[in-house]
Amino acid sequence: MHPFEYVRPATVDQAASAGGQGSYLAGGMTMLPSMKLRLSNPERLIDLGGLAELAGVTVTGDRVTIGAMTRHADVAHSADVRRVLPALAELAEGIGDPLVRNRGTIGGSIANNDPSADYPGAVLGLGATVVTNRREIAGDDFFTGMFTTALQPGELITRVSFPLPVRAAYAKFPSPASRYAMVGVFVAETRSGIRVAVTGAAACVYRLPEFEAALARRFAPDSLQGLTVSGDGFNQDLHGSAEYRASLVPVMARRAVAAALAR
Amino acid sequence: MTISISLEVNGRPVNAAVDPRTLLVELIRRDLQLTGTHVACDTSQCGACVVHVDGRAVKSCTMLAVQADGARVVTIEGLADGNTLHPVQEAFRACHGLQCGFCTPGMIMTAVDLLRRNPNPTDAEIREGLEGNICRCTGYQNIVRAIAQASETLRNQNAAA
Repeated sequence: MHPFEYVRPATVDQAASAGGQGSYLAGGMTMLPSMKLRLSNPERLIDLGGLAELAGVTVTGDRVTIGAMTRHADVAHSADVRRVLPALAELAEGIGDPLVRNRGTIGGSIANNDPSADYPGAVLGLGATVVTNRREIAGDDFFTGMFTTALQPGELITRVSFPLPVRAAYAKFPSPASRYAMVGVFVAETRSGIRVAVTGAAACVYRLPEFEAALARRFAPDSLQGLTVSGDGFNQDLHGSAEYRASLVPVMARRAVAAALAR
Repeated sequence: MTISISLEVNGRPVNAAVDPRTLLVELIRRDLQLTGTHVACDTSQCGACVVHVDGRAVKSCTMLAVQADGARVVTIEGLADGNTLHPVQEAFRACHGLQCGFCTPGMIMTAVDLLRRNPNPTDAEIREGLEGNICRCTGYQNIVRAIAQASETLRNQNAAA
């Protein structure tokens, strides 16, 4: 790891003003391995670990709000999340392994926007709102490309607010080694329509309008019969080709619909 | 740049001045000479370096020492009560839950955390709970058996208490 200046702000404002010339450290489950491999070499590391106000789960009326520094394990085990949005608790329970879930955070995951991360699927699939120290960003506008988001330098996610759906589920085909999503599909019947978001397959999480239209006619797995996706530009690695990932998308979508109906 | 940190390791206060790059496992092994915590992959895959930080099992190769400022850390050396092994350690011994033993400290620290959250896990839940710990001797059968046995011992102890 290259040397860096370390700061541990006590407030969100301090963290934001320190952020212009540095990288934020949330749970560190991607950041620290990247620094150890010298793929990431920040000159200043701003540790958000002291910002207790950014952790926690709140349920209000028709939304569940997760603080940016809430650990995956705390979302997975939250009785509130399990009760009002079980799809999100199940997604969190499937990230990495228990040791990673004890450190990794929702804010870190979506700010990093790894193409194979799970949380972006839920943020886009539920049409969540990403709240920062400066503004509110719609889930549809947040993820802009591989490892890139709408966040500006010095802009810090404070929480993510999920509208409660009528029903939702997430189905993923994990890499057998890393548990990252080779393909993950989040399906939700929301108050404003059907949403289907795919992670793991392409450079960035994206929606499937054809699948959404088919499910809007009838929310059932066989409504997706015959629908396929093109693997053009999909990710490929030693775990699977682009074509293989493309073939997984409708399968995971049908499984997610079945799981949402089975609640 | 050096940062002063204060933490508790196995019940004892520790004060250290560290380069921010120092990993928690480096502080534990090099500075504190607690070499029971192992480093195997050093890439966050294998779990040989698992310790407890504020009661949660974490990979100490993927945490900076400065992030543990103010924390309560427990390593494998902190589990036994004097000469009495922790029930999970005792079960690994009794069930031969190890071959070369290199992964064992991490396996045990993960298992202790697992049993704290889920005192009566199924074999499938134990296997899922070990997702982040790799044994390259592939001795998983007896590791799972050891954790199942330890869960019974701990439940009996808690029932008697």
